[in-house]
Amino acid sequence: MSENGGRPESRTPLLEVRDLVVHHGQLRALDGISLRVLPGEVYAIIGANGAGKSTLLRTIAGLHHPTEGSVLFDGTDVTGLRPERRAGQGIVMVPEGRRLFGSLSVEENLQVGAAYARQGPWTIERVYEMFDWMRERRKQLTAQLSGGEQQTVALGRALVANPRVLLLDELSLGLAPVVVQRIYGMLQQILATGLTVLLVEQDVSQALRVASRIQCLLEGRTTLEGRPADVTADQVEAAYFGLAGAAGASQPENGSEP
Amino acid sequence: MSLATESTARSAGRFRVARSRRNVAWTGAVALIAVVVLALFPYIVYSGTTAILVQAFIVLTLASMWNLLAGYAGLVSVGQQAFVGLGAYFVLILAINGISPFAALPFAAIGCGVAALPLWWLVSRLRSGYFAIATWVLAATVMLIIEKFSSIGGGTGMPLPGFAGMDPALLTAYTYWAGLAVTVVALAVIYLLLRGRLGLVLTAIRDDEVAARSSGARVGLARMLVFVVAGAGCGAGGAVLAISQLQVQPGAVFSVQWTAVMAFATIIGGLGTIEGPIIGTVVYMVLQQTLASYNAWYLIILGLVAIFVALFARRGLWGLVDARINVRLFPVGYWLRVDSERPRRLALPRRG
Amino acid sequence: MAWVNAIIQGVLIGGLYALFACGLSLMFGVMKVVNLAHGDLAVVAGYLAIGVIAVIHIPVLWSFLIVVPLMALLGYVMQRTILQGALDRSVLTTLMVTFGLSVVIENGLLQFFTANSRAIGTGLALVTGSFTIGSQIQIGYLPLVIFLVAVVVLLGLQYFLSASRYGRLIRAVADDKEAAQLAGADYRHVFGIAAAIAFGTVALAGIAYGMYSQLAPTTGTDTILLFAFAAVVIGGLGSLWGTLLGGVVLGVAQQIGAQISLSDELLAGFIVFLAVLVLRPQGLISRGAQS
Repeated sequence: MSENGGRPESRTPLLEVRDLVVHHGQLRALDGISLRVLPGEVYAIIGANGAGKSTLLRTIAGLHHPTEGSVLFDGTDVTGLRPERRAGQGIVMVPEGRRLFGSLSVEENLQVGAAYARQGPWTIERVYEMFDWMRERRKQLTAQLSGGEQQTVALGRALVANPRVLLLDELSLGLAPVVVQRIYGMLQQILATGLTVLLVEQDVSQALRVASRIQCLLEGRTTLEGRPADVTADQVEAAYFGLAGAAGASQPENGSEP
Repeated sequence: MSLATESTARSAGRFRVARSRRNVAWTGAVALIAVVVLALFPYIVYSGTTAILVQAFIVLTLASMWNLLAGYAGLVSVGQQAFVGLGAYFVLILAINGISPFAALPFAAIGCGVAALPLWWLVSRLRSGYFAIATWVLAATVMLIIEKFSSIGGGTGMPLPGFAGMDPALLTAYTYWAGLAVTVVALAVIYLLLRGRLGLVLTAIRDDEVAARSSGARVGLARMLVFVVAGAGCGAGGAVLAISQLQVQPGAVFSVQWTAVMAFATIIGGLGTIEGPIIGTVVYMVLQQTLASYNAWYLIILGLVAIFVALFARRGLWGLVDARINVRLFPVGYWLRVDSERPRRLALPRRG
Repeated sequence: MAWVNAIIQGVLIGGLYALFACGLSLMFGVMKVVNLAHGDLAVVAGYLAIGVIAVIHIPVLWSFLIVVPLMALLGYVMQRTILQGALDRSVLTTLMVTFGLSVVIENGLLQFFTANSRAIGTGLALVTGSFTIGSQIQIGYLPLVIFLVAVVVLLGLQYFLSASRYGRLIRAVADDKEAAQLAGADYRHVFGIAAAIAFGTVALAGIAYGMYSQLAPTTGTDTILLFAFAAVVIGGLGSLWGTLLGGVVLGVAQQIGAQISLSDELLAGFIVFLAVLVLRPQGLISRGAQS
């Protein structure tokens, strides 16, 4: 495996997944997935459609119950915790497809996000500072916003809950590249407040740009894991599509440290 | 090769789909013997017993129909009493005009099936909860309209003509056989329908309606067919009811208690299986006989048990049996045979 | 002039119907539950009021203060236990369970109170008194008060839903309960609140109905449930003011029906309801039929 770049060998992961097995009915969607997300880093999960990326995130958020394996947050096993309790602990997800409350206004969406918020630097006011268009249109129903605007509102809704780990599920879905760039650009601001991010992304180049570490999934299994600097385009492609003979690819060992 | 293709290739050689198990021939024979024995009852048992059995036949027919609607087509109707009443009134009207009530029975069933068409048109587009209440409103409306016609008894009802001068024992026997015939025909019709194309379509709809539509299944037609058959079946039950009561009163034949009885019997016995209503009817009859007919208690207990079963033992009493001994008296599903393994049943059409 | 009086009476009683309907509408809008026992709950509240008054000898108006909160609490508990359990299974299960509850409640009332109908005597001039406008138009005090109370309650509910924290949560959960979970809200608790409101409002309406008319064990399904549902259908789902309009239309239709022939009151209402089902079933059409 590659060098750890000077980080301490055994830093406690903020979020950890151990040998996760998740079923959708009879389909084995995740087959023994493990990962460790360290505080302050951006960890990206990539993979084709149906690889199990969203399932992984949803299981971490508490919306799916795993058949085997565990989810640990800050050392504590949260596998049995309901989603709302996990949000209360600091695991907040921005779900795939935004999932805003369509009959509520922008401000009301943020207010719901803040209803059970933890203590922290993020407030509705701060979200307005970051996205000032929202302040002007805060009374507008979210169903009337554009895709990019909805995505930022969804992000804002998650932020006001003052998460410790932010789970981003397919931020770029259905958005123009320019918009995607802008949203990911804000990621740095968000990280500066001490957040950790675990994101799922179909846009591989985008993921490689923002992440400090990535993991590639294929049909529920891990095919690649490592730092963007340490993997080649060929390795990523092989891992993504499951092509045989991905020579020289860094084969993952479950739960390995960088 | 990806994992998916690999495992598919490996399995294709090992699996076979079969229609039913060997025991079908046995259960068929048993069923035939049972029917013959039942048919002989008027010769061997007291009229009190046959009267109870007629009630059981009515309940079984109604419950089977409700099961078809809710357990297979996903239509929860709380207005089937409309057809029970209509069936009774069809017989009454025909009897008033000189036709023997027994001869009128099949026409009553057909008439109710036809009547089901405009009613279906009224409610077919509604979502499940509103469908339910709409059927209830329809039943109440039908009753109010019928009560306006004094020539058929108005609000108080009237006795059923056409039995004058008939030997009481013969009447009892004919009533019994009418009830038995209706039940046998009803179960046979349901079995054949579900075993055929309709059963497949209903399962497809249940699993994924959009996919079913796009693969050509005539979803609306399937549901309508079920509604019409259920209407005809409940109408037949109502006709037998009228014959067994020797009178037709709107409050009695249009009572929502009938839906309560057929729903509870089905739920307790096992929603979504043809055998379920049979068991449910037995439970209902036992409760009713031990707690006396006009006491509200048996409905209260039945209702509480049905709620409990719906929440905690969803497959009903038959489901508990089925899980252990794995037999179907009325095989309508498919079996997956894996080489060198015991056959495993594929998911059968069931609801709720 | 009898017609004008009939219409006014219909409008006033429409307020009561709307009060019956708003709980049904709320439960369907938030939890997607059609509570077939909804009408029976109103009757239970009425009987409870009668019982409480008989036992504690309090003035009628105080019975509201005891029974309505009690029913609201019952609503919360029932939602968290039985109804949530049914919801977790399937839509069909909720229908079967609420239908079962309806039958159990009605037969239970029948068993313990006989089939006779009762009224809640107020002993006040309120019930029979009326005032006249001009020379011909007569307005009963009770219907007027009930109408005003209904409007106030609906206004309060509207305000609660639009401006309060729990109102927002209820609307959010109704939109997307999973997203609400991700935001930290326990939707089962929010469902419970919605059920509490539904049970509370229908209890209020039930007691008022007991003062205005008679209550019998089967009134819940014979009349109340159908009125409530008809009001929701006619006014369209999703708006409290639509429900009020629906209630008024239903009330007026019934009074006109009664003017034509006394026994046609119920029938007129049903026919209007069926006509709306055929002509304007917005919000009631299943998704499959829309494509």
